[in-house]
Amino acid sequence: MSNLPLVIELTILALAIFLGFEVISKVPTMLHTPLMSGTNFIHGIVIVGAIIVLGYADDTFTRIVGFVALVLAAANVVGGWFVTDRMLEMFKRRPEPRREDKTER
Amino acid sequence: MISNSNVIGLLYLVTIVCFILALRFLSSPKHARKGNWVGGVGMLIAIATTLLLDGIGNWALMVPGIAIGSAVGLVGARRVRMTAMPQMVALFNGVGGGAAALVALAEFHNLAPEPGRIAGDEAVSIVLSALIGSISFAGSLVAFAKLQELIGGRPIVFPGQNIFNSLIVLGAAGFGIAAIVGAQEQWVLIVLILLALLFGVMFVLPIGGADMPVVISLLNAFTGIAASATGFVLSNTVLIVSGMLVGASGTLLTMMMAKAMNRSVSNVLFGAFGQVQTGTGTARAADDGRTVRATTAQDVAVQLSFARKVIVVPGYGLAVAQAQHDVRQLADLLEEKGVDVKYAIHPVAGRMPGHMNVLLAEANVPYDQLKEMDEINSEFPQTDVALVIGANDVVNPAARSDTTSPIYGMPILDVDKAASVVVMKRSMAPGFAGIDNELFLEPQTTMLFGNAKDSVVKLIAAVKET
Repeated sequence: MSNLPLVIELTILALAIFLGFEVISKVPTMLHTPLMSGTNFIHGIVIVGAIIVLGYADDTFTRIVGFVALVLAAANVVGGWFVTDRMLEMFKRRPEPRREDKTER
Repeated sequence: MISNSNVIGLLYLVTIVCFILALRFLSSPKHARKGNWVGGVGMLIAIATTLLLDGIGNWALMVPGIAIGSAVGLVGARRVRMTAMPQMVALFNGVGGGAAALVALAEFHNLAPEPGRIAGDEAVSIVLSALIGSISFAGSLVAFAKLQELIGGRPIVFPGQNIFNSLIVLGAAGFGIAAIVGAQEQWVLIVLILLALLFGVMFVLPIGGADMPVVISLLNAFTGIAASATGFVLSNTVLIVSGMLVGASGTLLTMMMAKAMNRSVSNVLFGAFGQVQTGTGTARAADDGRTVRATTAQDVAVQLSFARKVIVVPGYGLAVAQAQHDVRQLADLLEEKGVDVKYAIHPVAGRMPGHMNVLLAEANVPYDQLKEMDEINSEFPQTDVALVIGANDVVNPAARSDTTSPIYGMPILDVDKAASVVVMKRSMAPGFAGIDNELFLEPQTTMLFGNAKDSVVKLIAAVKET
């Protein structure tokens, strides 16, 4: 990727911070655990860094470090995604009909 | 092979949009799962794009690396029990942080064959990524060990701890500055990483189990920030933005958790809270002659069966005993008898934000039956029985009234306003805050001692008979 000027990168960073706060503050407390594991999955994006390091490595040291980073990051991505999916699958509404007549008692 | 930087940038932009959508979908449990899929697609696009970059090689390591990591992650994700979710999240925080630190180390090695060759801003990013990533890695592993009960959940403190920690921080800062201003020898960064790892361990060790929701949120933020910093090192927008989204999320959760305990973040991190012991509860009990009244499953079953409204207050004890399925069964039985059953969830109940919701969802409790603290507190005065299962500090009235209590000011569930309160507890041992609970001495409170699961099973049997 082309090298962006630092100021542009910092601008992107600042916008991401505010966007992050904005989006996350809309998540209900009920979903905070899936939110944590979901963001866990998202920080697995560091796998991009690991691929770049290993993909361009031309000495043993970098290869080893890149390889370990890649294994960790891949575990992060795959594990984070599946755990989140497993959890979200469990969140279900009450089956509709049964409830109504009972609250009116 | 993709070499056009605009195409690469656009593909990464698609990933960023997918991640933002994934988080947006989390605003309702209805769409949340769809959101995770959108995020997954985004991740695949980013990974594919990166693998196809011009000049990427080392396939003999790349393929097994991805395969091994994915296999480990998949097996871990499939096997983990919902009660162990806090450990799992801590572990994933840790591996992500570790990966970020290693990426920084490799870049440092690549860019600095001779000292002084790394530009200032790049050096700052490398140092930050290595530092924060390492703290997150080591801290998360300690948090994992504590939650998995490999080491004691109680705070671990020793004399001179603050001085020792300060020295580590000073040392790490010194090496960090040295690496930035020009001492770009590899050992400088390696020492920095070692010091950061040590600090990560020292920083989580003194934090008690009840404060884990704050710590895990914070480590989540750390890993995100470390990933974002590697984005600056590699000049990669998708890393900068995605990392920071996580950083913002973790920071927000940290602040919310601390607020729910009415404590500052720094107090949680450096207060060694579990150390505080006050004897007020027991002393007062002796003063006015009030004592704890034990009850039996049969009595409670009768109380519950003839109630109009029951509120279940779950805490960590429920998670430990794996009693969520039995509690659901009990609630179903009561509902068949026409009892209105709801669940009151305190924001810091359990060992991570939202932990109780996940456990009850696992037991197929519909999420519209789970009520947040602010929503349900007004309902306790009209409640016949509040059934407290393995919760303690979050229902301690001392938080409202006793200015000397360490939890004074923490918002609590007002269970003491219910007509009667049944507390299910293993013993009279205090909660993680290490303080006595006056709720147990209230005249309307009775105690049902024993393992939460056993007690609930007995209750189910007894309710069936009534």
